Parts: sequence; C-alpha cells; structure tokens
Amino acid sequence: MTKLSGAQILIECWKKEGVEVVFGYPGAATVEIHHHLEESPIRFVLCRHEQAAVHAADGYARSTGRPGVVLVTSGPGATNTVTGLAGANMDSVPVVVFSGQVARMLIGNDAFQEVDIVGMTRPATKHNYLVLSTGELAQTVKEAFYVAVSGRPGSVLVDLPKDVIGGEADFEYPRKVALRAYRPHLTPHPRQIMKAAKLLVSAERPVVLAGGGVISSGASEELVGLAEALEIPVTTTLMGLGGFPGSHRLCLGMPGMHGLYRANMALQNADLILAVGARFDDRVTGALPGFAKQAAIVHIDVDTTSIHKILDVDIPLVADARQALMALTAEIGAAPGIDAAARGAWLGRIAAWHARAPLSYSQDPEGPLLPQFVIEALYRRTQGKAVICTEVGQHQMWAAQFYHCERPRQFISSGGLGVMGFGLPAAIGAQVASPTATVIDVAGDGSILMNVQELATVFQESLPVKVAVLNNGSLGMVRQWQDLFYGKRYAATILSDSPDFVKLAEAFGIRGFTASTPGDAESIIGQALSHPGPALMEFRVSPTELVFPMVPAGKAIDEMILARPGDPGDGPEPPDGGAADPEERGPDTDALPEDGGDS
Amino acid sequence: MIVNGTNGPAETQGDPPRRHTLAIQVDNRPGVLARVTTLISGRGFNIDSLSVAETMDPEVSLITLIITGSPRIISQIIKQLRKLINVIKVTDLSEMDYVERQLIMVRVKAEDQDSRSEIMRLCKIFRAKVIDVSLKSFTLEITGGSDKMAAALSLLAGFGIEEQVSTGLTAMTRSFQQKQAPKGS
Repeated sequence: MTKLSGAQILIECWKKEGVEVVFGYPGAATVEIHHHLEESPIRFVLCRHEQAAVHAADGYARSTGRPGVVLVTSGPGATNTVTGLAGANMDSVPVVVFSGQVARMLIGNDAFQEVDIVGMTRPATKHNYLVLSTGELAQTVKEAFYVAVSGRPGSVLVDLPKDVIGGEADFEYPRKVALRAYRPHLTPHPRQIMKAAKLLVSAERPVVLAGGGVISSGASEELVGLAEALEIPVTTTLMGLGGFPGSHRLCLGMPGMHGLYRANMALQNADLILAVGARFDDRVTGALPGFAKQAAIVHIDVDTTSIHKILDVDIPLVADARQALMALTAEIGAAPGIDAAARGAWLGRIAAWHARAPLSYSQDPEGPLLPQFVIEALYRRTQGKAVICTEVGQHQMWAAQFYHCERPRQFISSGGLGVMGFGLPAAIGAQVASPTATVIDVAGDGSILMNVQELATVFQESLPVKVAVLNNGSLGMVRQWQDLFYGKRYAATILSDSPDFVKLAEAFGIRGFTASTPGDAESIIGQALSHPGPALMEFRVSPTELVFPMVPAGKAIDEMILARPGDPGDGPEPPDGGAADPEERGPDTDALPEDGGDS
Repeated sequence: MIVNGTNGPAETQGDPPRRHTLAIQVDNRPGVLARVTTLISGRGFNIDSLSVAETMDPEVSLITLIITGSPRIISQIIKQLRKLINVIKVTDLSEMDYVERQLIMVRVKAEDQDSRSEIMRLCKIFRAKVIDVSLKSFTLEITGGSDKMAAALSLLAGFGIEEQVSTGLTAMTRSFQQKQAPKGS
C-alpha cells in the first residue's frame, strides 16, 4: 500500500466518488489541497464568496442529482458556508462541504482563522465531522458522501485540520460504510400500501400533493403513471415544481400562500390527499386548523420525522417516494375501477375554480412593464425548456407561477430557508453541470445584489448564464406585506439608489440590457438569449404589482386575496362554500352539488 | 383529521405535559452528547436531568435524559433523536416498567445530640451513608429513585440543609414487563 498525504487522499476519495467539479475559495488552511487538486482531472470553480460556492454546489446538485462538493478554508471561509449548508439541508439537497481547520494542537487556542465550525453547523447540517487523523480521512469522506445522498438527502460538513491534510497515511478507499445507527428505510410496508391503495381507489375527490421528494427520489414517471391511472389531479409544491409536468391536464400548479386558486380549493375540498415527499410546510398549509378538513391523508416520506410532525395523517408510509409509488401502482393494478362519474364531477369542479380565478394580469402595451409578462416572455422565448434558478421574493413566486416547468430538476429555488442571493450562484452550478443548457437566474433588484460578485465567476468560467433582474425599485415581497397589512408604510423596503445594472454587468465583462416597455422586453430577451455568452437583462417593472393569489398569514388557504383591494376582481371571495368568510365555511361544503360548486 | 401543531415549542391542546425518561444509546464519540442536547435546546426545551456513561460495549454510551413535554412534542423529539446519525436507539422508559436510581450528597445541620441521633435513624430507614462528619453537620450519601429522594430530602429539610448535590437519574428496564402500569420506582 502506498502512503499518501492527507491532501492526496482527499482528492483520491473525490475521484472514487465520481466528483467532477469542486466549488470553493482557497486559504492558508487548504492551500495544500489546491496544490494537488491542480494536477487532478477534477475541475475547481473559484467562486467569489464561500456562501456562493455552497449555493453553486447546491445548484449543481439540484440540477444533476449528484452531490455538490465545496472546499473552503478555515475561520471565515467556514462560517461563510453556514447559510448555504442550512439552505441545502432544509431543501434536502446533497452538498458536502470540506472546510480547512487549524492544526490539531492549535484547536481551542483562538488561533488565526480558527473557529469551531463543527459546533456551529451541527444544527445546520444533516451530519458533520471533525477528522482527527489522516488515517481516518478516507473512511470519513466515504461516510460523508453516503450520509449526504442517502435517505432524506442533506448537507454534510467535514472539517480538516491542517496537519491532518499534511500528514501521511496508507490509502485504501473503503468499499462500504458501516454505520450501526443509520439505516434509511426505503421499502414501503405492504400492509400500508394495501390500505393506501384502497383509499386511493375509493376516494371521490382525491388530490396528490407532490413535493421535492418526488424529484430527489426520481419518482416523476411513477407519479405521472399513478395520476393518469387514477385520474388524480396533482399539485406540486415550490420544491416539487417540474416533478409533475406543468402543462399536464391533471396539473393544478403550486398550492399555498401564493398558490393557484384551483390548487388551494382542491386541497381544501378533497376527501383524500396523497402527499408524496412533501412535508406540509406552513407556506403550503396556511392556518392548520382550517387545512383540508375533509381529507384523509396518506403521507409518503423517507424521513420519519416529517410524518405526524405538522398534522396527524391517516396512513403514514415511510419509504422512498419512487418505491412507494411503484408499489401503489402495482397494488392498484391495471383496471382500478374508480368512480368515473364522481371523478368527472371533481375535475369539473376544479376546472370551474380555475375558470373563475386563473392566474392573470393585463399588460397594457403602452403601460408600465409587468413582471408576469416578463416571465411569460421568457417562457415563450425558451419554449419552456430553460433551467430556471431564482432568488427569493416576488420574482420567485411569479417565476413559479408563470414558468411552467415540464421536467424534474428544471426549477431551482431556495424553498425552506428562502435565501436571497441563492439564484445566481445556483445558476453557476446548474450551468457547470449542463454547459449547453439555457440557464436563467430570475432575480429581483434586491436579491441580485446579495451575491452579485458571482458575475466575476460567470465571466471567468465563461458560463453563458442569463440573469433576468425584475427591477421594481423595492424589496417587493416585504413591501407587498406593508402594502396589504401595514398601512402602506414602506419602511426599509425602497431601493431607490440601485446601481446601473447594465454598467454593472459590463464592468464584469458581461453583456447588459435594459427594458422598460413590453416591446423592449421581448427584444432584449431575444438578444440576450441569442448572445452566446453570459448576459444580464434588467427589466424596469411596475413597482406596484403584487403577487396574487395571496393567503394572508394566519388564514386558511381558501381565504385567498385574489387582487389588490379596490381592483376589479378583489370583491367578496367567490362564493364556493363562502371561502372569504370562515364562518360560512361549514361542514356542508362537502355537500355542495357537484356542479362546479358555483352559486 | 386532527390538527395540532403550532410554531415553536408552545404546548397546544391535547394531552398535558408529562415527565419522560429517555434512554438513548449513542456512539461513544466526541460531540455526540452535544448533538443530543443541541437538538433538544434548539426546540426550546429544558432537560430536567441528564446522566451519561459508557455501557458494557465501550463503543456505546448511554444517555439517560429526563424531559417534560406533551406526548406530541416528546414523540417528535424521539423521532428527531433517532434521525441523528450517531444515535443507535431511543427508548421512552416512561412507557415501560423500569427502575431508576440517582445519587444525592447532602450536608445536613447536626449540632445537638437529638438531631444527630434522629438523622442517624433516618439514615437507617433510607439506607443512607454518612460520608463526612463534623461537630456541626453530617454529609450523607443517598441513592434511590426520585420518590425516595423527595421523601428523604423533605425529612432532612427539617434539620436544615446546608448544601446538596446530585447526579442525574439513570434507569434500566425491568426484566419482567407488566402489561401496563408504566411507572418508575
């Protein structure tokens, strides 16, 4: 057996794990690793901030399903990764961060660039490690990757003291991982499958609530198969977008706070919800006591802790989503014998809800540019095929609503943690993973500035990333809350001194465009998309546009605001079961005639 | 369908909070106790008592932890604990027959003959040991379950307790499990 240095062992381990690219930023504690990485076939993408490096690895992981790898130095290099680690972990994305650490004898001495990153990231990761000898490095790396990708995926940090990196040990890559306490449960229990199948077949008003688990387990095909076999409509959470084709006739779009009217109404009036890899986030359920009161719930999740966490479910199914859906499909068989009349009536009701309150906006050709129009123009011009990354805020919701994603891993957004500044680095990761794809970061004028330095990475790596900044001169989502609930006092949300985005892009060597009319918007999208390199498009959009529907905090998800108070369409809530007034939403909604429920 | 959650650790409707004794087997490695306690404190809960030691298997430690909460919260904490990579097994002993023991050292005022002999009598009853003695006080070592401790301490309080320290409770299931009556003794 040959002796290798810790740095060499680390790189050999990465090769064995099939790592093709590492994102990061160097420092004194990791210079030795970079020294050896330079002569390996692994590509290193130098981001301009460690937080962005983790988001880039996250974007890479979300777009490929393979773990994203990050290498940063000790101290501030490590602390800068915390947001990225927490975000990836909340959204169940496999990211492995390797951080430099001071030499073992200096740990605890307040040495230069020393920080207890293992202690700090304990609650922000799925698991983390401090490697205490060169000899245990290979085993630890193997474990770290295994933990990151298996079960419910998540982020893992491996802290590497400088002398562990500099030390020597025999290298042999372990063939397997032996963790006595960690064995993800992937196979569904046959009896639970039987019970769930029975409910699914007999339900009159079923809905599938599909989350990110559908994407991470690769269950999209199985989901489409099951939905079609049983004629069940499917609503996909923000994390699940693309997990079920957005243009499918059974697709209801996104539910929740800014969900589609039909999606929320379907959940509220369903008699059965099949939740697949979704965790009943508060942005999806709204006020819990008013959530889906008539529905029995079947909950498929690989993470036991997600089940019964927010609400009690009738049939828990701890399993990998794909395996569970396959088992359900098999159990249901070829001719499930659903009540076609009841199903037709249910789908009719849903269609009527949609006809009453579709997603809409009206772009006056002479008037101010609307953000929804921009997203739709991007959708048209890319034939719906681009990889869409987003930041966090209004633009994120408009992208989720108006860019209908057809395939898994097409929509990349920070859901659970809601990290502004996520989109641009995530787009870098996605573009590195798919060099020929059209990758667009949909951003706001607030978010883009949170990691704008990554335009330098885009330029240096020659990545043809397109950035679409919806500039409304404000931190729009918070402003929207102020608009609706805080007496229009726009405290701390006005961004009147934004930079000249075209010049900013050009300063980084990137083509910049700006538009403030619908015609110009179409034109610059065409130019930016046909430009072979990276481009930034600034769209000066109306600052008053709000994201609708909106479920106010603390309300049930059928208590939606559909338009700005005073605008046409804001009126008393459509009277299906009197959704605007909880007092009127009695148990008798169930007994409404199956005629679309209208009055 | 029952809906019961709120944000944060606030107790909601449903069953009232109860004391639970959790036996948590973990990998005997640095940082594992911190993972367990971080998880609990991160949810805003106080640990009533904690004791940690190696088991027969030197690679495994046992954490005995007492925490008060509603069944829903406790079951969520147990599930979260099981999710930790280094946690091997979590048992809620409160659901079973078990024995628990704790060790208390207590310095009691003993200045006159009457109290000195009365304290000695109590020692016999509680099978306590005198482990230090001076002209003005006795220091006693008492072991037992939480009920016995409470009884002994309330009787000794009459003489005046000068100082008191205690280990955490540690616990073990009984080899014979009754069908019901989950109660430590």
